Amino acid sequence: MKLSTSKFNETLEGMGSGAKTRSPGDDAEAVIETRDLRMRYGSAEVLRGLDLRVRRGEVVALLGPNGAGKTTTIEILEGFRRRSGGEARVLGVDPDDAGEAWRARLGIVLQSWRDHGRWRVRELLAHLGDYYAPYGAPGRPRPYDVGELLGWVGLTGQADAVIGTLSGGQRRRLDVAVGLIGRPDLLFLDEPTVGFDPQARQDFHELVHRLAGLEDTTILLTTHDLDEADRLADRIVILVAGTIVADGTAAELSRRVSGTAEVRYRLDGQAHVTSVEDATGHVRGLFERHADAITDLEVRRVRLQDVYLAMVREFESGRRTEAPRHLAEVTA
Amino acid sequence: MTGGVNPRAKAALAGLRRGRIELRQSVTSAQDLWGALFFPAVALLVMYLLRGRTVPGTAFSLGSQAVPGILALNVVLNGMMALAMTLTMDREDGTLLRAKATPNGVIGYLVGKITGRAGMVLVGLLVPLVPSLLLFDGLRPDRLDTWLILAWVLALGLAAIMPFGAILGSLASSAQGLGVVTVPMMALMAISGAFYPVTAFPGWVQAIAQAFPLYWIGLGLRSALLPAGLSAAEIGASWRHLETAAVLGLWAVAGFAAAPAVLRRMARRESGSAVAARRAKAMQRLM
Repeated sequence: MKLSTSKFNETLEGMGSGAKTRSPGDDAEAVIETRDLRMRYGSAEVLRGLDLRVRRGEVVALLGPNGAGKTTTIEILEGFRRRSGGEARVLGVDPDDAGEAWRARLGIVLQSWRDHGRWRVRELLAHLGDYYAPYGAPGRPRPYDVGELLGWVGLTGQADAVIGTLSGGQRRRLDVAVGLIGRPDLLFLDEPTVGFDPQARQDFHELVHRLAGLEDTTILLTTHDLDEADRLADRIVILVAGTIVADGTAAELSRRVSGTAEVRYRLDGQAHVTSVEDATGHVRGLFERHADAITDLEVRRVRLQDVYLAMVREFESGRRTEAPRHLAEVTA
Repeated sequence: MTGGVNPRAKAALAGLRRGRIELRQSVTSAQDLWGALFFPAVALLVMYLLRGRTVPGTAFSLGSQAVPGILALNVVLNGMMALAMTLTMDREDGTLLRAKATPNGVIGYLVGKITGRAGMVLVGLLVPLVPSLLLFDGLRPDRLDTWLILAWVLALGLAAIMPFGAILGSLASSAQGLGVVTVPMMALMAISGAFYPVTAFPGWVQAIAQAFPLYWIGLGLRSALLPAGLSAAEIGASWRHLETAAVLGLWAVAGFAAAPAVLRRMARRESGSAVAARRAKAMQRLM
């Protein structure tokens, strides 16, 4: 399937502008708040003014193709990278000059770790947990019990294994456990399920729901998999070329694009494709005007998946290196 | 929320545990033991073959005279070069980033790294020393003096070289980058009186040798292990303990003054994408 550029612009414009009007639970405490967040590396602009708000207890997926700026965004929020411009508040503090007490409230799972290969699983978790102990509070003791945590991530059987001998999926579970050991208020997960088999993926999804539901952990995760974002997150923020092009629950985003349909047909042997809001009316018009000259008619409802994938293809093929101009305007 | 000294002290204690764990890993790893003991094993073997030759002007075996210098070289190799190497490797595999992601984790990481490495320096000193005492005549392990001098020279020597190991490891962009330091290190090893009395070299070479800790650690170990009379073969015909303490102390002060800023800069630059970029580069090198 191939979608025209104008199509995304239409559909995404709808998504973007829709985000502005939605307001469930807006008064809840903001755990992450950015305003006009910008990042430049030399002359390359990687983030072009992000306005992002994540409320306490929310699970938000930052969805986008490779190179969209997801990791950069997360690294700025983690305090690992200084932003070039704009405002950022994470747990009420500017991450650029936050201290260790702030860091103790974060959990971080990066895309890939290879560290501590000679340590044993339980040994490393217990060791890292020690650093969090002074930051515990009566209502929120830190760190987690290592045995309990190993059970959650399904590594009980590997507790005494040397980390370097773990399989890729086990290593990733350990990375998640390390991110959780300090009982974080806010957890960053960068591409958490890469290398997971379907069962591990399922277990991980359950863990995320448990953390958000029972442990009062706010989660910001990145993924390039819409399906995963849909299953894990309360809200999806689509990032393309350093710009937020859509922001809403999966249901909202789907509803917004599903109003659009793609109509394909041949008129006098020539192929045509158009995207329309009112497919029925459009088709009726076609027949009224052209009658029998119309052949091979096909009407297809546009799904969120289609819009997203087409956008990613175009971005990755290099045809688009920045967000469509009027999209940027919509979200600015 | 608690903050301030207490969590930092806790992190430093965690660092000591970390050092113990890493030392245990090193002494049970054939690769690490080989790395720590390879040089003295080879050098001592060579010196054993040369034991029949004597120090000029004395009847003392040249082989025996070289033992403390070889041990001193190993102290610098294990205490400085290996520390620098592990620091670059820990940046490459994300260990340092993990420390940075943990509250006060960098404190614990450094305490662990330094104590673990210091432990390996001891292993690298004592393990070759025991067979040396049996193989070489004239070494003096039976005096209390020997061990007292050994202790303070080693403590001060480590204080002098470890900060620079950490600085080198922070500045080198990769383990390969440390190769630049290896060549001058070899030159320094050659002129620092380990293999041959330093008084045999021209004055300007002696001056260069005396500017660096290696010579003084070697001198200190010789003063601990060799008979008092052999000080005649040294510069000024003395073990020069005062000067040894002064030079090593100066290096220690300079190192401790410079290291925190360099280490902070290195830690500040760590991020997931920095680790990923280094890894990509390392992969390219392999291909």
